[in-house]
Amino acid sequence: MIRLPLGEYFEAFIDLLKDNFDPFFKGMKKGVLAIIDHIEDFLHFIPWWLLIILVAVLAWRLSGKKLGILSAVGLYIIYSIDLWSEMIDTLSLVFSATFLALVIGIPLGIWMAKNDMTERIVKPILDFMQTMPAFVYLIPSVIFFGLGKMPGAIATIIFAMPPVVRLTNLGIRQVPEDVVEAATSFGSTSGQMLLKVQIPLAMPTILAGVNQTIMLSLSMVVISAMIGARGLGEVVLSGVTQMQIGDGFEGGIAVVILAIVLDRITQAVGTRTNAKKTS
Amino acid sequence: MAKVTVKSLYKIYGPRPQKALPLVKQGISKEELLKKTGNGIGINDANFDVEEGEIFVVMGLSGSGKSTLIRCLNRLIEPTAGEIYIDDQNIVGCSDEVLLQVRRKKIAMVFQHFALFPHRTVAENVAYGLEVQKVPPTERIKKAYEALEMVGLSGYEESFPSELSGGMQQRVGLARALATEADILLMDEAFSALDPLIRTEMQDELIALQERMKKTIIFITHDLDEALKIGDRIAIMKEGVVVQIGTPEEILDHPADDYVRAFIKDVNRAKVLTASAVMKKPDGIVTLKDGIRVAMRKMEEVGISSIFVVDKARILQGIVTIDDAIDALKRGETSLQAIINKEIETTDGDTPLLDLMPTAIKTKYPIAVINESNRLLGIIVRVSVLAGILGEEAESND
Repeated sequence: MIRLPLGEYFEAFIDLLKDNFDPFFKGMKKGVLAIIDHIEDFLHFIPWWLLIILVAVLAWRLSGKKLGILSAVGLYIIYSIDLWSEMIDTLSLVFSATFLALVIGIPLGIWMAKNDMTERIVKPILDFMQTMPAFVYLIPSVIFFGLGKMPGAIATIIFAMPPVVRLTNLGIRQVPEDVVEAATSFGSTSGQMLLKVQIPLAMPTILAGVNQTIMLSLSMVVISAMIGARGLGEVVLSGVTQMQIGDGFEGGIAVVILAIVLDRITQAVGTRTNAKKTS
Repeated sequence: MAKVTVKSLYKIYGPRPQKALPLVKQGISKEELLKKTGNGIGINDANFDVEEGEIFVVMGLSGSGKSTLIRCLNRLIEPTAGEIYIDDQNIVGCSDEVLLQVRRKKIAMVFQHFALFPHRTVAENVAYGLEVQKVPPTERIKKAYEALEMVGLSGYEESFPSELSGGMQQRVGLARALATEADILLMDEAFSALDPLIRTEMQDELIALQERMKKTIIFITHDLDEALKIGDRIAIMKEGVVVQIGTPEEILDHPADDYVRAFIKDVNRAKVLTASAVMKKPDGIVTLKDGIRVAMRKMEEVGISSIFVVDKARILQGIVTIDDAIDALKRGETSLQAIINKEIETTDGDTPLLDLMPTAIKTKYPIAVINESNRLLGIIVRVSVLAGILGEEAESND
């Protein structure tokens, strides 16, 4: 039997990229790091109590008293177990990865919805991105960007982007055909169609995608910690490697709390857009 | 020149329609074409004119190509071949910019399932056509309010479509089409999704609106009663071919083929035929200055027992019966004024026979058909109401 040297080909390909596109990766690293650092600095700058109040008020306005109290209590628990600063690091990583995933993902989803050919090409790539175990693209990520939060962010973006692309595509394609026809018949340009009809009607679906993307980014924090991203993932990871059951548990709980708060708040945004339409 | 002119229009579905076009022009059948090239025929050589201010109804069963046809008129569907003139401008093969302007300024459309924008308020829906033309917000909202008032929806401007009933939603659809002040309205089964009572109400309202606005309306329906009620002219389609074009009366009285005949078989003629279709010229009339003797002589000449009296301008004054005339003569009267009976039944020419039937049964005298200034146009005797309703069936029984 002949062994297909798939691994060697891939290595050669990565080496080729590394040798020829290093300046590009360096520039990219600089840009992405700038985004993460700015978000990090900003979130660290806000005193813990103020952030808790802001998040609680936001949750209360979007959903109700229950979610407001839940968010405040949850975040206070994180503060009280001394994981506030780690939580902020993680939050910054999640926000910047999500931000970049949306900046790339939403336009890509729109393009897919408007062009069947694009959809046919992009769909298998998305499948690939989602099913390939995340550890696998950590390695090339480290080769291109070195250790630290940068490769973590890149791995997170790759892993977390597919849902928002898919759901943007789906949402736009699900806009009823006669509504699109009506907009066309009144002389909409394709830009007007997109901004005035398709995106607003697809918004609940797109927001569901945003929610998924945030959740998936959060699920990457421990994996990113393996290549040197700091934050709650690091706490969990050191708990695991040093058999510190208590520390690991605290880190895990903090991740769960953060996940619940982010999930409920983004979901509340989605339901509100929905409600406006049908009320 | 007509407002809309369609010349040799073809729409062929499926792969490489241009290749199938010559075959269709040679008259290949639907089944053969599907087998040979895999194409389907949407529209097969449609030709018609729509005059300004006319309601032109295209009717046919589902799959007859009527929806395809109406969508070709604003190129929501791209025709395969042919010409479509809107105000003398051929929009087949015109530039995108021209097409956009035609859609914005000249043609507006109303859809079967309303197709409102669920995320916009009623007023924002109605203003959409103006919004894409970049009309400033205050102006377009003002026009939207005006259009909503026209369709009787004042007070619902800030509601969302989902809060309205089906009939009201379609009023929004209609207002949205009116707001752009386009001359041509395309109505695609606009009332088919409504329940029967609301549908009738909307039909009446459309007719009333049309009286005021004089738009050019192209109306698609599968309901013959609806077509006959609102259409000035009707085109009947079958398998992509326009089988017959004519006024409702022409279609009822002279169906072009068995297909149309089958269609109109169950039509309630009493609802469709109007007084003016069955009225006849009065056999004799007298004017006021004619005396009783003249009236009697005229009645004797044509063998009738009553005669209508008009003035110089043919304005209806009343009726005189032969019995009254004889009595009056015996008393020595000579003027008609003394014996004229003013209590006669009148109608206008647009009244359907159905509404005339009770009167026709009750009255002793013929019914007078008059115009709005009481001018006598014709008369209807009881038997012509019945003959009109029976129509063709009566003839075929002979």
